[in-house]
Amino acid sequence: MFDEVFADGHTLIHRVDPRFRLAALILGAACLAVLQRAECAAAGLMGSAALLALSRPPLGPLFRRVLAVNGFIAFVWITVPATMPGEPVISCGLLSFSRQGVELAVLVTLKSNAILCLCLALAATMPSPTLGSALHSLRCPSKLVFLFLFTCRYIHVIAHEQRRLSTAARLRGFAPRTSLHSYRTLSRILGMVLARSHDHAIRIHEAMILRGFDGSFQSVAAFHAARADGLFLAVTSAALISLALLDRFPEVFGV
Amino acid sequence: MHLSEGVLSPPILAAGAALAAACTAAGLRRLDGERLMSAAMLSAAFFVGSLIHVPIGPGNVHLILNGLLGMILGWAAFPCMLTALMLQAVLFQYGGITVLGVNTVTMAFPAVMAWYLFRPLLGKGPAARALGAFLGGALAVAGAGLITALCLAGTDEGFLRSAQLLLLAHIPVMIVEGLISMLTVSFLARVRPELLAPR
Repeated sequence: MFDEVFADGHTLIHRVDPRFRLAALILGAACLAVLQRAECAAAGLMGSAALLALSRPPLGPLFRRVLAVNGFIAFVWITVPATMPGEPVISCGLLSFSRQGVELAVLVTLKSNAILCLCLALAATMPSPTLGSALHSLRCPSKLVFLFLFTCRYIHVIAHEQRRLSTAARLRGFAPRTSLHSYRTLSRILGMVLARSHDHAIRIHEAMILRGFDGSFQSVAAFHAARADGLFLAVTSAALISLALLDRFPEVFGV
Repeated sequence: MHLSEGVLSPPILAAGAALAAACTAAGLRRLDGERLMSAAMLSAAFFVGSLIHVPIGPGNVHLILNGLLGMILGWAAFPCMLTALMLQAVLFQYGGITVLGVNTVTMAFPAVMAWYLFRPLLGKGPAARALGAFLGGALAVAGAGLITALCLAGTDEGFLRSAQLLLLAHIPVMIVEGLISMLTVSFLARVRPELLAPR
């Protein structure tokens, strides 16, 4: 259900130290988010798509992800060009599409997909426990890392619980409809999932205390940074920072 | 509805990230030992619960559950929501890294409001409990819709109409969330009253 299909590869990107990948992602996403010019956003999209291509993602899941994430973008395209005031480019009947609206929608589409490609290339290529440890070594608060790691670990267990309850309800002839009875049944499934997760928490906590858990994790797999990792971070962040500067201060670059 | 990457303006993204960081720190200070573990399990449960689709008329909506989360966890809703959104970004690439702060505030701020306004009602009689849970669930969704709409409208005037439409689209979700929160709370009050006990 929650498969990390992009995480198991053996490409150049997968070999980069996770801490450096994460740092490159945070820096790069911030640079892409500040872009205001469509040309620069298009360049950013090409760059991050190239990075994504280097990680050789499986194409089926990739297509589905990109489609799902562009749902909000579709909403922007449906609403913004038709409602934003400005000079009309096309008008048919009552509808008129303004140039400013189309430009805004184009910019948003390019930026959104650029950051999406960067996330897919740099974050989705590591399993979530690795992401947790990488966050920890980048000085993320340890309680937050604890929350993240345990949520990742038990999300499968709890999803299994929920599926079992839904299957049981279906076996007894339950088909959800718009009725109070349906809502009550769905609420009981949800309530039971919450109650069981609370019970799990108590049991797991006791088991961990018994084994001497003191709130800190002892990691078995330590990260090892090589010179190539530093080079990767330097090249990607230099490229994206100069793109952001070119976007914001074009006169400095003589454009 | 989560905002995608690349939509909001940098000042709004930065303000959202700063506010989310401060409130998450406040939430983490209140979590220790067993409560930390309980929060981790509950955020996994809420993540799974939010994938449940509830039929409404010809279509269906998926639950947001931020009101219920807030009424059970209080300030811990901030770190839990952040965790759930991070996981969503990693697993499905929904939301994303630069809007993480804004989306956390959008979801968790109304959750904490629900905790202060409606949690006291949950310890009272069945009628007060039902009313509190309904309002907590419904208004937390309304709050999330309102903050999203304000962020959009503050980014560019061109989003003004889209923001209004987005707010309208939240109305059926509000009603469904209110009902589901109400029914779930009354179920929890019978099977695990300790989750709703005053603290």
